[in-house]
Amino acid sequence: MAWTRDDIAARAAKELRDGFYVNLGIGIPTLVANYVPAGMKVTLQSENGMLGIGPFPFDDEVDADLINAGKQTVSALPESSYFSSADSFGMIRGGHIDLSILGAMQVAANGDLANWMVPGKMVKGMGGAMDLVAGVKRVVVVMEHVEKTGAPKLLKACNLPLTGTGVVDIVITDLGVFELDKRGGKTPRLLETATGVTVDEIRAKTDAPFDVAIGQQAA
Amino acid sequence: MASRKLVTDARTALDGALFDGMTIMAGGFGLCGIPENLIDALVASGVKNLTIVSNNAGVDGFGLGKLLETRQVKKMISSYVGENKLFAELYLKGELEIEFNPQGTLAERIRAGGAGIPAFFTATGVGTQVADGKEVREFDGRKYVMERGIVADLSIVKAWKGDEEGNLVYRKTARNFNPMMATAGKITVAEVEHMVPVGSLDPDGIHTPGIFVQRILEGKFEKRIEQRTTRKREAA
Repeated sequence: MAWTRDDIAARAAKELRDGFYVNLGIGIPTLVANYVPAGMKVTLQSENGMLGIGPFPFDDEVDADLINAGKQTVSALPESSYFSSADSFGMIRGGHIDLSILGAMQVAANGDLANWMVPGKMVKGMGGAMDLVAGVKRVVVVMEHVEKTGAPKLLKACNLPLTGTGVVDIVITDLGVFELDKRGGKTPRLLETATGVTVDEIRAKTDAPFDVAIGQQAA
Repeated sequence: MASRKLVTDARTALDGALFDGMTIMAGGFGLCGIPENLIDALVASGVKNLTIVSNNAGVDGFGLGKLLETRQVKKMISSYVGENKLFAELYLKGELEIEFNPQGTLAERIRAGGAGIPAFFTATGVGTQVADGKEVREFDGRKYVMERGIVADLSIVKAWKGDEEGNLVYRKTARNFNPMMATAGKITVAEVEHMVPVGSLDPDGIHTPGIFVQRILEGKFEKRIEQRTTRKREAA
């Protein structure tokens, strides 16, 4: 049985470390905030200009001036700070954010990422995704393993317009966890399979080559 | 002594500042921190063929969406326009141009423009179509693409508090693109929720010094929320 969206988020939360500053994308990545291990201090950054994102506000605390990058109302924490979008992307581009967790349409074996555009369809824009993958120290992708059509999303090479080249470190799907070597060019390693999922099933649904390294730690 | 910068309303604030084909920067992220009063005044003015620099394009019927409805916009320079159906329609019909910039690159282009920096290098977008036709240079073993600073004929920004000198203080995440845009307009007009007497803002806490603001007005704001997300209080 493959992992659910929440299972994927819970697995992604294992990439967090105490003291990390983290940027979470929209969708499954947002769920990761629910799985921060007890006792671990993780500070969430929102690229519109906030550090220290709190939970959704109570009904009578909703503030139109206090939103996250998904334009959702949020609350502040005692340690929160606000700043301009230029300062915010200074944090991102300058390598001050430890971890970015975001979704993807396609990931290639060499760490290339495509997550912003499908030619011929309406284009919404890349938002901050290109800045995040270029600037954040470690990039984790969470995504369904295949498209609705069944087409693989973990590929030898992306065929959609790229968000970044050689940027992804870890890919977590509903079927398993992969480590990519975005600088060294080594073959991706399959580190974990989801409960009840076989390596053969993953092979059948993956275009990218990978070595099986179940039980080994990420580098 | 009468204030040189304070005006009574948004329409007066734009007097003599508008011309067809001009470039306007509009502050805000989504509908948060947008200059609602000045957008309405732009609609009322009928100025057209505008190039608008703004992170987003408003929603249908609110914010910059109003300027799309009246077909006053020729081109948008933005990072994300996914919240606006009319935008998609106009774009697909070829009635609206779009130049997508990565959000951080957009923020930095505006900051650079206002600071007199004509270009800078960033790793963002290297190897993607964003870098097409742009100079790519290697520094310390990594590739960077050259991006240009930008300025506007007019910047319209929204702040929380302001004084007659044009000093501005923003509130929470409504700050976003407003401070950089205030620096990058040949003319910058600010609308604020509260005009306060000169001397009542803490000089250490001023986000935009008055030198960047040529006109200022107190407005009325709807402050519409795009995604109202809440949690429940647990039963006592």
